[in-house]
Amino acid sequence: MEAKTKTTPKGAKTAPEHPSGDKRFKVLDMTMKRNQYRQDSLIEVLHKAQEAFGFLEEDVLLYVAHALKLPLSRVFGVATFYHLFSLKPGGVHNCVVCLGTACYVKGSGDVLAALEQKTGIRQGETTPDGQVSVLTARCIGACGIAPAVVFDGKVAGQVSPEAAIRRIEEWTKGSQS
Amino acid sequence: MEFADLLDLGEKEREAQKSIRVLCCTSTGCQAANAGLVKKQMDDAVNQAGIGDRVQVVGVGCMGFCGMGPMVEVHPQNLLYEKVTPEEAPSIIEALDGKGDAKPLQGDPNHPFFSRQLKIVREHSGLIDPEKIAEYIAVGGYQALYHALHDMKPPDVVQEISRSGLRGRGGAGFPTGLKWATVAKMPPGQKYVICNGDEGDPGAFMDRSVLESDPHRILEGMAIAGYAIGANQGFIYVRAEYPLAISRLQKAIQQAKKVGVLGSQIFNSNFDFRVDIRVGAGAFVCGEETALIGSVEGGRGNPRPRPPYPAQSGLWECPTLINNVETFGNIAPIITKGADWFASIGTEKSKGTKIFSLTGKIRNNGLIEVPMGISLREIVEEMGGGVLNGVVKAVQTGGPSGGCIPGTALDNSVDYESLAKLGSMMGSGGMVVMDQSTSMVEISRFYMEFCKEETCGKCIPCRAGTVQMYEALTKVLNGEATQDDLDQLEELCKMVKATSLCGLGQSAPNPILSTMNYFKDEYLALLKKPVHAKVAVH
Repeated sequence: MEAKTKTTPKGAKTAPEHPSGDKRFKVLDMTMKRNQYRQDSLIEVLHKAQEAFGFLEEDVLLYVAHALKLPLSRVFGVATFYHLFSLKPGGVHNCVVCLGTACYVKGSGDVLAALEQKTGIRQGETTPDGQVSVLTARCIGACGIAPAVVFDGKVAGQVSPEAAIRRIEEWTKGSQS
Repeated sequence: MEFADLLDLGEKEREAQKSIRVLCCTSTGCQAANAGLVKKQMDDAVNQAGIGDRVQVVGVGCMGFCGMGPMVEVHPQNLLYEKVTPEEAPSIIEALDGKGDAKPLQGDPNHPFFSRQLKIVREHSGLIDPEKIAEYIAVGGYQALYHALHDMKPPDVVQEISRSGLRGRGGAGFPTGLKWATVAKMPPGQKYVICNGDEGDPGAFMDRSVLESDPHRILEGMAIAGYAIGANQGFIYVRAEYPLAISRLQKAIQQAKKVGVLGSQIFNSNFDFRVDIRVGAGAFVCGEETALIGSVEGGRGNPRPRPPYPAQSGLWECPTLINNVETFGNIAPIITKGADWFASIGTEKSKGTKIFSLTGKIRNNGLIEVPMGISLREIVEEMGGGVLNGVVKAVQTGGPSGGCIPGTALDNSVDYESLAKLGSMMGSGGMVVMDQSTSMVEISRFYMEFCKEETCGKCIPCRAGTVQMYEALTKVLNGEATQDDLDQLEELCKMVKATSLCGLGQSAPNPILSTMNYFKDEYLALLKKPVHAKVAVH
């Protein structure tokens, strides 16, 4: 299967724009250039890609594979190995419930159950309207303030199921107004 | 830079510091509870009161009493404030100005949680600003590196670490000096130093705390290691779940390069050492050293068979030294104070101190650094304050690789050998306390679910074994298992333990084996009852 995306030849002065004209590919170009297109920079590049695009869509994986001169299977293999990389789009808001031992012992399972019930989706999924993703992590290292939940990138400690539900309500109310 | 320049920098910083320092913890835990705003309120209060000439508010690292954050300490008065809110924070400053009383809850700095600690790695955590290299230098930072470069030869450094008895703090407890000697012995050429900051054990956050609170201590340890083994390049592999640790490390590396303690010809010697950060992407198995190497090389984190060990052929097939964050944190003090000093702490086979993250159903949640050989009871009951409801049922150590120590065994000593004899292990330092409300069978399944999610999939015993062990435990919890099923589960555990490629699979069955050993009655109580139960069948 050949991709139609343009590759960036090594040593080119300026990277040709991605055919879609999407400027986010420039962020990737900069990252790869900064790492001299080394193949071992793949994970760093995928992190940047996820940051810029929200998730790792196939077009992005193809682009990176060509630029780093890696087989697509290798890039796909790395993208699917690590939990933090997502090949599906996430919601506008996301909450990550920590399921580490300390948080679990302190009831994060109940927090997750409450969130799943409130949103109607299971962990790892996004609500049909694309507003909220409910995710889990296996320990974010905030064990002293267990149970912990990360709401849109911000860590919150000693979260009760009620508090978690309230946050979802704030988010969904905001989108309705 | 010269030694005199280093001392000068330190002197200037100490002179610039005000007589009263109000220390505000700005680590992840306290930040989640609004510590950023607490600090800002106190900064504003100092400005408003016009006492900036004698009082300074400093954002510091982790003080360890994480369950009661945001934490504020005032020096030299040794006052401790807990659960400080942004509204009440200004009153701390006003009290220092003689205007009223401080409103926040006052803590007792003489409580065993604090007084029973012996801080070596966490010596400066919570006392210095981690984002200012000058503060690290002011408390003696980078003097150990100078001493190693100018007064010792590389074999002397390796000797000193060997004599200290330091063992790896990542979990396995391998003698650090021996590891260093192995890499040092390899022929000269490209070698690497890797700091394992992947801290994947759920319930453990010691390394996160050290990286956020005293990053220079780790950089200094890595540089000394590089000198000892003949490496000029270091990598710190930090898990992506620790963004604050990553940004503090980036700042620290930048500042160290600027000052000249990292980079080329450090302290005018012919030793070069550079450090780069590599960020993980959410894979527990990448804490295993060969998987970590695979990840740094830009691939999937699949472990590799050993031998060859990383010390002989590691990153890009070059001799590589991999040590845990906490291990590196011990290097500078050993060089400064000597191997004999370090060896005088702890037990015969477990020297020095260990940082534990005390969490779960314990009254006092947080981080403690204690000498090896202290009893579990002292940690859990005196320092931890015991459980909130009832009695301690079990203490889980070593994360998913460890085991559960029953509440009846608390009088055992905390050291590598003792914990292994109890069917657990020291592990990275996670210590989760459980009470009567925890089902030990459920906890076993919880850990197995974790291993099932995290297995890299390379070897069959782990890939298939974790799934089968998980299904078996689910059958038990659903009341559908028989004694035969339990026996088969035990067989399976032993098989996976004996035949897995790496530590993840080899230790995944440990929680099951340890809970079956100490809490067999809970498993038996869940067994399927015979259909015609007129006569009990055993």
